[in-house]
Amino acid sequence: MTTPFVDFRNVWLAYNDELLAAGHFAVEDISLQVGEGEFIAIVGPSGCGKSTFMKLTTGLKMPSRGSITIGGQPVTGPLKISGMAFQAPSLLPWRTTVDNVLLPLEIVEPYRSNFKARRKEYEARARDLLKSVGLAGYEDKFPWQLSGGMQQRASICRALVHEPKMLLLDEPFGALDAFTREELWCALRDLHAAQRFNVILVTHDLRESVFLADTVYCMSRSPGRFVVRREIDLPRPRDLEVTYTPQFTDIVHELRSHIGAMRKSGVAVPQ
Amino acid sequence: MKITKSVERWSPLVVLGVVLLVWQLAVMLFSVPEFIFPSPAQIAQQFVEFRGPLLEAAWKTFWVTMLGFAISIVVGVLLGFLIGSSRLAYTALYPLMVAFNAVPKAAVVPILVVWFGIGLGPGVLTAFLISFFPITVNIATGLATLEPELEDVLRVLGARRWDVLVKVGLPRSMPYFYGSLKVAITLAFVGTVLAEMTAGDSGIGYLMQTAGSQQRMSLAFAGLVTIGAMAMAMYELFSWIERRTTGWAHRGSQAA
Repeated sequence: MTTPFVDFRNVWLAYNDELLAAGHFAVEDISLQVGEGEFIAIVGPSGCGKSTFMKLTTGLKMPSRGSITIGGQPVTGPLKISGMAFQAPSLLPWRTTVDNVLLPLEIVEPYRSNFKARRKEYEARARDLLKSVGLAGYEDKFPWQLSGGMQQRASICRALVHEPKMLLLDEPFGALDAFTREELWCALRDLHAAQRFNVILVTHDLRESVFLADTVYCMSRSPGRFVVRREIDLPRPRDLEVTYTPQFTDIVHELRSHIGAMRKSGVAVPQ
Repeated sequence: MKITKSVERWSPLVVLGVVLLVWQLAVMLFSVPEFIFPSPAQIAQQFVEFRGPLLEAAWKTFWVTMLGFAISIVVGVLLGFLIGSSRLAYTALYPLMVAFNAVPKAAVVPILVVWFGIGLGPGVLTAFLISFFPITVNIATGLATLEPELEDVLRVLGARRWDVLVKVGLPRSMPYFYGSLKVAITLAFVGTVLAEMTAGDSGIGYLMQTAGSQQRMSLAFAGLVTIGAMAMAMYELFSWIERRTTGWAHRGSQAA
């Protein structure tokens, strides 16, 4: 890769000035380079600053030290080229599924100014997107008439409808059962293969990270640091079957041992 | 036993009927004198006899209440909007509002009379003062309990505070708003009647006050019933609007 799409250079963040003065950082010395269209996953124990990392990447938080460049531009504020989805689908119960997916277009430019005039076209786009994740026939239902997995699919569609260059997912499948989760892995894999946006997936499911990502980063807890970077060289397109191969299991095992080591050192060195 | 829809529908009337029957029988059985506690039949008889003055007074009370209530919706929503969307306003205004709401409105009426004289002013204002607080609190709660994730999703897209309020905050607080209207409308009637009793020259409150001083207990009770009926009708109206507009918020097991 030539110039990285996302470029973190020695980024530190303390949530407020007092914490900064006391030297308490939520994340410390984070450096990473992500190529265009790359799918990265960040794994680590809960409370390790994964969500902080998301806030930095979207420009909702500014780093206390260091610099962040995305798409060649230094980040100075909320980044409209990104879409977000969280563990809770947080769809609006008074809007139908398709109207929920359309919500970002009512807010983000350039769609906002011509939303009324081109509503038909946008609606068709939202419906196509919903169809592509297997929600055909549910577009005009209300979110509460959908199952949890379906709601999460719709939530991901909402994050993607304005064609962001970067998709940020914060444990999006954490609340789903194992089978639904695997279905959604495939849905996300196909969306990524078709549209080649950047994905930053925060998760604590190692199998999920290995199955989906090009590169997996392990994060340690307080202070949040990247301790391991692991490229996943499994060939694409990956089928669910791949998760049962020894090669896959070995990578998961290897990552698991890093997490285990982090835990132990965490006990040995009191924070 | 399977509770059918029609049983549920008619249950309030059945309860009302039973209460009236017990009341009537009790009064007859213990031969309670009319000037102490009138029977439903005696009250009904007063209704027929004084339907002209009663209707006139009811109409007066009704529109004074509606005027006060309308002001309280406007002020209540605006205040709730302010308090719910700004942490500073919340911290600064809330304690004062709680203190104000705890002031007995009966104590305020004489002051209002000094300012505005006998007549419309005190009635409208008392109805407003007594009923805007629940509206404010509910709108503010609806706005302040927004999910932070959802706010992040929108803020990343460059949403301004106003966008978040209009697209998410307001629709979200609608169920709270209707809930508060149902409380507020009954309070507004209390406010109007209170002002009419202390310092009115017309309306149901004044009529009841006069009837009471003349020991015409049945007529006073007829006034009470009129107020109750009006408040109930308005309550039902808001329930109906609520069901039509925010059905998404009421989809519990009982809704089916």
